[in-house]
Amino acid sequence: MDAIENKVAEPPSEESLLVEAARAGDIAAFESLVRRYDRNVFRIAQHITQNREDAEDVVQDAFLKAYQNLGQFQGQSKFYTWLVRIAVNEALMRLRRRRPERIVSIDEDVKTEEDSMPREIADWSPNPEQLYTQSELKEILGKTIQGLPPGFRTVFVLRDVEGLSTEETAAALDLSVPAVKSRLLRARLQLRERLNKYFKRRDGDARP
Amino acid sequence: MKCSDFLKELTDYLDDTMDPKTRAELEEHLQWCHNCYVVCNTTKSTIEIYRDSTLYELPDELRGKLQTAIISKCKSHKNGVKSTHPSTKAKHST
Repeated sequence: MDAIENKVAEPPSEESLLVEAARAGDIAAFESLVRRYDRNVFRIAQHITQNREDAEDVVQDAFLKAYQNLGQFQGQSKFYTWLVRIAVNEALMRLRRRRPERIVSIDEDVKTEEDSMPREIADWSPNPEQLYTQSELKEILGKTIQGLPPGFRTVFVLRDVEGLSTEETAAALDLSVPAVKSRLLRARLQLRERLNKYFKRRDGDARP
Repeated sequence: MKCSDFLKELTDYLDDTMDPKTRAELEEHLQWCHNCYVVCNTTKSTIEIYRDSTLYELPDELRGKLQTAIISKCKSHKNGVKSTHPSTKAKHST
């Protein structure tokens, strides 16, 4: 049997109904969108700015900006991707304000390929989570990601922590898909290298 | 396949976004190259450990404050009031 070519249009998602209602002035609908995504926006903002106060401001300003510009949201992308784009720009702006001596850009690509080449090859203990308490682990992960260039950690957090697709990440950051892939690879390898010193198997550790 | 070639493909390999032929070549390389095997595994763990961590979770109390401030600003905007009124800014947590 031939495939049915004219697919029946999918019903609008709950999210697009909320966006439509918010656009028509329904504040309660917008509040639902805020509740749905505020944790994600906060996490992204703090990853980029590495500053709690800035992250709080980014959450407020990004949602307000989204509300003010709902009329311009085309509906071709997901609302969340569009919101992330606004939040990333707000976060980078705040990072630039705090570090005026440095040019902070998502295009920052100053390191060479060699910087991501693995230098230390060591297996990790079976379960790094068992080596440290939750708070120690958080400190290690926070400190480690802080050391990455902003452009790298932004791609990593969107793609690997928040689970956006490569295409969504590219759209949110206004980068090409190959550029996202290249930054993602280097971010992953650099984080791996830095985490090695905490998680690698030490002599005397029990073998699995 | 050289290790540097393997490394170039690592992201697509971990994301499972590659054609079966390239995937088979990479897996063949992994069978005999211990270094790439370790790098591959520990990179995978790096992603998982960040994904599963509760780093930068928004505490409930702060979340409530931020939501109230956001909605209050949106209402001001809707009613044509300047949105940056200081009383609507959530105070920073300490």
